[in-house]
Amino acid sequence: MGIWNVLSGRSKPVRANLDALFSLPAAAITLQTAAGFNPTGAGSVCYRAAEGAAFAQTQREVVELLDNDDDPDVEQSTDSFGFTWLVARQSPDDLSALVTDLHTVNTSLEGQGFGPSLLCSLVGFRDLSGRTLGLVYLYKQGTFYPFAPQGPQQRDNLLEIQVRDLLANDLPIEPQLSRWMPLWGAPGL
Amino acid sequence: MATTRFIHDRGLTARMTLVMFLLGALFVALVVGLMYAFSSRGPGLPLIIGLVGIGVAWFQWYNSDTVALKAMRAREVTPEQAPELHGVIDRLCTLADMPKPRVAIAYTDMPNAFATGRSASHSAICVTTGILDKLTAEEMEAVLAHELSHVANKDVLVMTIASSAGIMAAMLTRGAQYGAFFGGGNRRSNNDNNGLPVWLVVLIVSMVVYAVSFFLTRLLSRYRELCADRAGAFLTQKPSALASALTKISGEIASIPNKDLRASQSLNAFFIAPAISGMTLRTITSTHPSLEQRLEQLAKISAELGKPMDGGFSPGLGR
Repeated sequence: MGIWNVLSGRSKPVRANLDALFSLPAAAITLQTAAGFNPTGAGSVCYRAAEGAAFAQTQREVVELLDNDDDPDVEQSTDSFGFTWLVARQSPDDLSALVTDLHTVNTSLEGQGFGPSLLCSLVGFRDLSGRTLGLVYLYKQGTFYPFAPQGPQQRDNLLEIQVRDLLANDLPIEPQLSRWMPLWGAPGL
Repeated sequence: MATTRFIHDRGLTARMTLVMFLLGALFVALVVGLMYAFSSRGPGLPLIIGLVGIGVAWFQWYNSDTVALKAMRAREVTPEQAPELHGVIDRLCTLADMPKPRVAIAYTDMPNAFATGRSASHSAICVTTGILDKLTAEEMEAVLAHELSHVANKDVLVMTIASSAGIMAAMLTRGAQYGAFFGGGNRRSNNDNNGLPVWLVVLIVSMVVYAVSFFLTRLLSRYRELCADRAGAFLTQKPSALASALTKISGEIASIPNKDLRASQSLNAFFIAPAISGMTLRTITSTHPSLEQRLEQLAKISAELGKPMDGGFSPGLGR
């Protein structure tokens, strides 16, 4: 299969791996007890909006579906790289509801054939001293990594490594540090 | 879930497979021709020439990244030096699940970008300052996705293997011209039992092989460009961004004319269609497909992306 793909010049878009997202609530408890980081209740999905009517329609459906309940409405924004962020907010205690929201976005996009355009999901945490931490889920790799911004263009690498070691048993952590992509100014952090 | 919007262009795959088969056949023909020409002296010499030819091809492939960057006088840049460029490539590589190539910038006004390297983990992607000035962020991303697709498709490897017959033939032509390989003294004695001298046979065979391989590799290169366009458009999900980038940077006659046709110079006005369409020498020797061809493919992908899947949307939602 690999040789044939090379010969025919056909690199298929990589499919998103959605399942590992549900191991997040268990990891949040570890993070809470061992590092003092509590969920902020905000989480976001980042994807590449495709051109054309089909994607606009799918996106509208997702937003309507998520807004159709009592919790705060979904916020939508586009970053400087042209990627779209959908931010969902839930009560900080109910992380599994947030994860379900995020998963709804994924399954809807996947169902319309836009699975390859999912980039990452992010769930925000904060400790008592005000430090922020994002757990980022990479759809293509099916792995998580911590992202701790510190000022506009700096990240707290020590904290990130600490969190990685802490969560090694709860989550599949991205082993390649070069894939720990910075997400400056990400909505939902 | 088996839902995908990836279109399969069977025609392109079939044509490309045929070209690659022909190139393989050409290689075999060259080797067999050499064996035949040297049959009176044993297999030693053609074997050595073959090994040297493959060695040259291997060397070109192995050092492709450094050589190409040096030739363009490009300088590698760190994430601190070019944060936006690195940011875009970071995201595209994450989206495509591939290792990040090295990034280089060449200081020239010519709008261009290329990717080289022997494998995905030893690759480099280079853009010129000209292209950075000319394109918007979205168009730049589309161009980078096209280049990353070349890396993912292993195009450097494919093209090197494809041109190895040509490299060998070129070396043989040069060698036969000087008669260096074939020992000048022996030539006369060979003339007596064969109709043609060996060096002349080798010269003719290798020149023919070189000419045929030249056209075939150019054809293959055009097909690979189309493949990279397709993969790049699927990666960014914005085929029209790549289309507008291509229209902007191709300095040759654009398919959408800016000039009033009546204002065109002298002879051109008498042509019904501009001389760029059809099989001219320029179109069959160029390494890239024509702009029309590329725009046509991108338009097809764009239409495919815009269509709703499996019976459309539920009627209650959306307006």
